[in-house]
Amino acid sequence: MITLTINGAEHRLDVDPEMPLLWALRDHAGLTGTKYGCGMALCGACTVHLDGKAVRSCVTPVAVAEGKSVTTIEGLDSDIGRAVQAAWTALDVVQCGYCQSGQIMSAVDLLNANPVPTDSDITAAMSGNICRCGTYVRIRAAIKAAARALA
Amino acid sequence: MHNNEPVMISRRLFLVTSMAAGAGLTLGMILPGCSREKTAQESPPEAGPGKAGGAVVAAARFEPNAFVRIGSDDRVTVIIKHLEMGQGTYTGLATLVAEELDADWSQVDVEGAPADASRYNNLFWGKLQGTGGSTAMANSYEQMRNAGAAARLMLVAAAARQWQVPAEDIDVRHGELRHAASGREATFGELAELAAKEPVPETVFLKDPEEFRLIGTRVPRKDTPAKVNGTALFTQDVQLPGMLTALVVHPLRFGARLEGFDASAVQQLPGVVAVVAIPSGVAVLARDFWSAQKGRDALLVDWDESDAFKLGSDELVAQYKTLADKPGSSAHSEGDAASALQSAHQKVQSTLVFPYLAHAALEPMNCVLQRTPEGVEIWNGEQYQTPDQQAVAKVFGIAPEQVKINMLYAGGSFGRRANPDSDYVVETAEIVKATDGRAPVKLVRTREDDMRAGYYRPLMVHKLEAGLDADGNPVAWQHRIVGQSILANTAFEGALVKDGVDVTSVEGAANMPYAIPNIRVELHSPVHPVPVQWWRSVGSTHTAFAVETFIDRLAARAGRDPVAFRRALLKDHPRHLGVLELAAEQAGWGSPLAPGRGRGIAVHESFNSFVAEVAEVTVHADRTFSVDRVVIAVDCGLAVNPDVVRAQMEGGMAFGLAAALNSELTLDQGRVVQSNFHDYRVLRIDEMPAVEVHIVKSAQPPTGVGEPATPVIAPAVANALSAATGQWFERLPLKLTA
Repeated sequence: MITLTINGAEHRLDVDPEMPLLWALRDHAGLTGTKYGCGMALCGACTVHLDGKAVRSCVTPVAVAEGKSVTTIEGLDSDIGRAVQAAWTALDVVQCGYCQSGQIMSAVDLLNANPVPTDSDITAAMSGNICRCGTYVRIRAAIKAAARALA
Repeated sequence: MHNNEPVMISRRLFLVTSMAAGAGLTLGMILPGCSREKTAQESPPEAGPGKAGGAVVAAARFEPNAFVRIGSDDRVTVIIKHLEMGQGTYTGLATLVAEELDADWSQVDVEGAPADASRYNNLFWGKLQGTGGSTAMANSYEQMRNAGAAARLMLVAAAARQWQVPAEDIDVRHGELRHAASGREATFGELAELAAKEPVPETVFLKDPEEFRLIGTRVPRKDTPAKVNGTALFTQDVQLPGMLTALVVHPLRFGARLEGFDASAVQQLPGVVAVVAIPSGVAVLARDFWSAQKGRDALLVDWDESDAFKLGSDELVAQYKTLADKPGSSAHSEGDAASALQSAHQKVQSTLVFPYLAHAALEPMNCVLQRTPEGVEIWNGEQYQTPDQQAVAKVFGIAPEQVKINMLYAGGSFGRRANPDSDYVVETAEIVKATDGRAPVKLVRTREDDMRAGYYRPLMVHKLEAGLDADGNPVAWQHRIVGQSILANTAFEGALVKDGVDVTSVEGAANMPYAIPNIRVELHSPVHPVPVQWWRSVGSTHTAFAVETFIDRLAARAGRDPVAFRRALLKDHPRHLGVLELAAEQAGWGSPLAPGRGRGIAVHESFNSFVAEVAEVTVHADRTFSVDRVVIAVDCGLAVNPDVVRAQMEGGMAFGLAAALNSELTLDQGRVVQSNFHDYRVLRIDEMPAVEVHIVKSAQPPTGVGEPATPVIAPAVANALSAATGQWFERLPLKLTA
């Protein structure tokens, strides 16, 4: 049994401690907003926050998350989180949407650490998140819009 | 255009029903030649998968016979027959209904249509239901407006009857009906039950474009809220009671056959439930993904590779180049290209190589399927309903109508989910069949499985030769194309493969727009077992590059500016010319650039939409380069939602840029070399240029925008690099010589 705190709620999961956090969330905690895209930390679709910092849950063993606080897209309710989601909505960033949970979690992580990111800050923070629909122009614009809204 | 001309609709064409569960109006179109009429009493409405934020209704009986449903709660539900895979279909098609209905955009919900080609066929594809070829908007434009207009007429008729006033005195706006003289007013919901009793109109009037309130404006996407809060439902997210996750071991070479497997170590593993042989490989079924993957990795499988394909990409390129030296099937001929080439003042020649490409949608292919008392039920990012129904029906020996399909959001597709062999859907069916249907099965492909399972944009070789006269005018153009046919053995073969020429192999080349008196376009279609498939913009992915880089070469040889050279040859193609001029003007064509920078242009028509792109590049001291700025001009007829058009231009261009800069799938002795995003590189944010989109104002009917931006960027970037360096590019992805 592994005990996880996910979005503020305690979950007791009967899973292999080596199971990546991604699959514990998706297949056992029923939180499917976090996506599988590559399984090798190459695409960022699985990005969640562990104690407030972005991690790729597809390569993070669930045992590593024990005793820490896991935040997924479903539990994003900080001011920064809401501002990012509002900017994403105002600019209609999404296309297929499959990568966008991960994009948003990475963007929130960036703004948590850096309230006024430059273009190169955004590039550095977001280069690990692939969007095959190519929404990058809007992702960049939405991060800036969220930063402005929070200023 | 329509100009308020009545659109005649016979009584047989429209069907109105009252809803069994709650009052409401449902209106749909029964297509000519289809006599099957249902009533909604048999099929109460349900919230369906694919609906924004909707939840899976297990074993749902979901058979609406309509495009529009209005509830007594004032919600207007538009049923969308096309897959939402990011291109904005749910928003665009709902806009058409809402416009003619005079609904308020905020009261409109969208719902994915069930699989039923008698009602939801693609009007450009005969009796086939499916999404592709950038047809969703174009084929639905009148159909969806008619559906909205008819519903509006019935609401007005109901109000007129209840209020005892003339129908023509009733005004409809934002989901409300008003009679100004009497002050009577009612919402759609209040009138829905009465409207359902009104006779179906025989004639509807469509709005004049000047009256549009929603069409032509930026209304917000319907799928955005669910996609920013994680509730949007994709196939990967489906969980059914008792469902098992299946992973499949495929052979490493196409055409290999299963010889045997040893599952003894696998069956001991926790969570693993079954290991079964299926025609495409061996499936491991487990209670979750992780257990299935561990099981799959422990499985030992022997393959008989005696008939497997064992050539590499290099060998294929060599073979194709040999073919390109020989005459092929004629795809287009004007004048006498061979003689004109012979007598030309000067000649230019180029041989181009395009690699295999994987679609690499971020959601790898997957499918959920279960046996039901009625037949089979599927949950899928469903792009190809009719062929998938037929293929799955064949697996189980049931009728296609017994295959119920829930169309979910697709996490990208780029053509992949409309598979001519229904490959991953049939694979799921085979697993359920091999396990006697004892549990619902979710087939999941890992990224590696997805990349190595075939169905690629075919590897292509092009050979171009052209002749110029003494004044630098092109007088001869000979273009030979070599590559596997995509349409051979598909539902479209009869219609689209003529005299040995697959139109999708030569589209964009056979109809090349430049006025050259002697043209010959030929095709070779070698046959071998590497599965190929349409990939966003299909033939144009290679023909646009070939034509547009070669035109720049001719312009250079003639000593002319690339825009001026094109302009002179496009006199009879005003829409090509329109986007060419617009892009050039907006990009500041001709203005000086710093040393090491270059500007290039390309123009191309695909799927009846016209796109020109200007790329600006910087070549760095270490011979790497960056694409800094892209200016796009598009003529797609009337832009139903300009913001969605812009998004598709930005994203379609980015998809093509990935292939221009990075993506290449290679075979080595028949094995696919690449496996994941470290070696099959796609575009990331650091390589995304600044993008400007300019839309040509047009009153023409709307044409597609999902694909047409994609093929134009690679030639624009190549031409920009050529302008900066003098190097010509004969391979994708683009590489500067040292």
